[in-house]
Amino acid sequence: MWSYIIRRVLQMIPTLFGVMLLLFILFNWVGGDPAYILAGKSLSDETLANIRAQLGLDQSLPAQFLIFVRQVLTFDFGTSWTTQQPVSGIIASRIGPSLTLMTAWLVISTVLAVSIAGLVAYFRASLLDRTVTVISTMAMSVSVLVYIIAGQYFMAYKLQWFPVMGWSDNLWVNLTTYVPLPLILGMAVSLAPDVRFYRSCFVEEMNHDYVRTARAKGLSERAVMVRHVMRNAMIPIVTQLMMYLPFMIMGALLLERFFGIPGMGREVLLSVERSDFPMIKAITIYIVIAIMVFNLLADLVYRMIDPRVQLK
Amino acid sequence: MTQAIDHPSVGPLPEVSHGLWALGWRRLRKDRVGMISLAIVAVYVLICIGGALGFVGATWRDEVAKPYAPPTLLQQFIPQGAELTGENIRAANADDDAGRTGLAPANDPLAALLAGIGNGADQYRTQDVERVQTLILGADQRGRDILQKILKGTSVSMFIGLFGALCAITIGTFLGALAGYFGRWVDDLLMWFYSVFTSIPDMLLLLSFAAVLSRGINTVILVFALTSWTGTFRLMRAEFMRHKTREYVMAADAIGASHLRRMFVHILPNVSHLLLVQFSLMTIGMIMSEAILSFLGFGVGITQTSWGSVLAEVPAELLQGYWWQMASVTLFMSVLVTAFSLLTDSLRDALDPRVG
Repeated sequence: MWSYIIRRVLQMIPTLFGVMLLLFILFNWVGGDPAYILAGKSLSDETLANIRAQLGLDQSLPAQFLIFVRQVLTFDFGTSWTTQQPVSGIIASRIGPSLTLMTAWLVISTVLAVSIAGLVAYFRASLLDRTVTVISTMAMSVSVLVYIIAGQYFMAYKLQWFPVMGWSDNLWVNLTTYVPLPLILGMAVSLAPDVRFYRSCFVEEMNHDYVRTARAKGLSERAVMVRHVMRNAMIPIVTQLMMYLPFMIMGALLLERFFGIPGMGREVLLSVERSDFPMIKAITIYIVIAIMVFNLLADLVYRMIDPRVQLK
Repeated sequence: MTQAIDHPSVGPLPEVSHGLWALGWRRLRKDRVGMISLAIVAVYVLICIGGALGFVGATWRDEVAKPYAPPTLLQQFIPQGAELTGENIRAANADDDAGRTGLAPANDPLAALLAGIGNGADQYRTQDVERVQTLILGADQRGRDILQKILKGTSVSMFIGLFGALCAITIGTFLGALAGYFGRWVDDLLMWFYSVFTSIPDMLLLLSFAAVLSRGINTVILVFALTSWTGTFRLMRAEFMRHKTREYVMAADAIGASHLRRMFVHILPNVSHLLLVQFSLMTIGMIMSEAILSFLGFGVGITQTSWGSVLAEVPAELLQGYWWQMASVTLFMSVLVTAFSLLTDSLRDALDPRVG
């Protein structure tokens, strides 16, 4: 177990190095000279040289890469190019709102999707099953953008059921006032593929021999579904959920953008718009690290809930 | 897969043994949903080619109607707003002129100057064009024909999807073939490359590339190609690993075929049917991502149009109650995506008999 974990952590190092190299090539080489962006209107040779010296851009590329590596290891990416605040401080302040929205989303949509999928799998090949399949195919063909634009317009602006956008410092106010609409729209997008996936998990389990045995010994269909099929179908479902976790930190780009939620996703978009390279680099690196850690955790959890799995 | 030649569904063995593709086409032809989807996708591909050659949607930039002209069929249901033309503005200004200063022209020291300015303005005034009141799908804020605009947008979005998927497939197949065929350090190196690209979430990777590159159709295709090759790589790597030890590849080796020849002349045709499914899945994904990228302003250039840049105009229009542009683009997009998804399912059934 421990040797497995240690080996996995060691395997992360080359990948992380590669990600750093990729980001470095993109932002320090392909991205061009940021001094022109930062100098703004006061474009003299002296200013440009000053800015380059400040950012360490007057040094050779390998030396610049070493600076970047040191930044990653010390979690100190300097200051944002546009707001002049420390990058790590900005990121820390953006995690909360993203987590608030995404936790609510993950919990509610999973409960809903698993229940619908269980029902549909139970009544499979019936009218209900086919109706749900057709609806989810159609729902998946409409762009995310349309759901958000139309939903915000009708439910918030026209019918005034929810505020159009906004965020507060109070968790309870956020959860009751500002989260519901983005949550509903996010689910409109994610529910269809989730139900499809969970349904296939259930249907696959229902074809197993132990289900027949359970039926043969006279258990009610309800007991077969809840006590036997459900518990086994939960294995792929839980794994799938663990894969979602890192994306909770990243937040939902579009939802945060449309509803003015000051989370990570919105910060990513702002940084890309403002060519704020240190912010993009820092956010990407942190999210990559988070994903790697969660993938490892997912494998360990998988091992815990399914003893048949051998870690190698 | 060579075994597919004597697949039971073919019936009595034909004299000429058909290839994988011919068999797949036979199976697809029996699938009614698949054929209808194929026809719909074909129409879209024609629009795409027509748009690229300048036959379709070439006049989308012309401002032919009055701003926000409603769709023809719905004209009577939609309340008409007051129309503001150059003529109205001039008339309003003329009324104002006398009352503006409260001075008779003779007493106004600026009168001569103002008249001079007026003459100059007349000289450079643009001609008001006769604008139509309605169009089939209505008009946008600048009075451009939504039908033309969306046809052009369809063409651009399809082009990005198809061409981007083609580039990504090419990169993925080439690298996957190298990794799977040669194994050892080539595989290790390419797998490292793969793990780097897959450890960054798709949207973040797309945005990182978009942040350092300029806007435009070519850039979007480049970004998609560089970020989406990973799925194909994994698939092709596994297939090449499986196939490189098969007898027919050893036979090719025995008759002296080179490595490259074995990879791309012998193995590739036997796994290419998987690529078509991969291709159509990827095209759908790219069309959806293009809409998001262009909507956010990192996609096609501001002088170009696509489904995403059309959607970018929608929120401001909706607030004023002009919903027809959104309805049109949603309709065009979801018909294509539905047809393409169904076609992908049918292709998978037809070309990859192992599954399902």
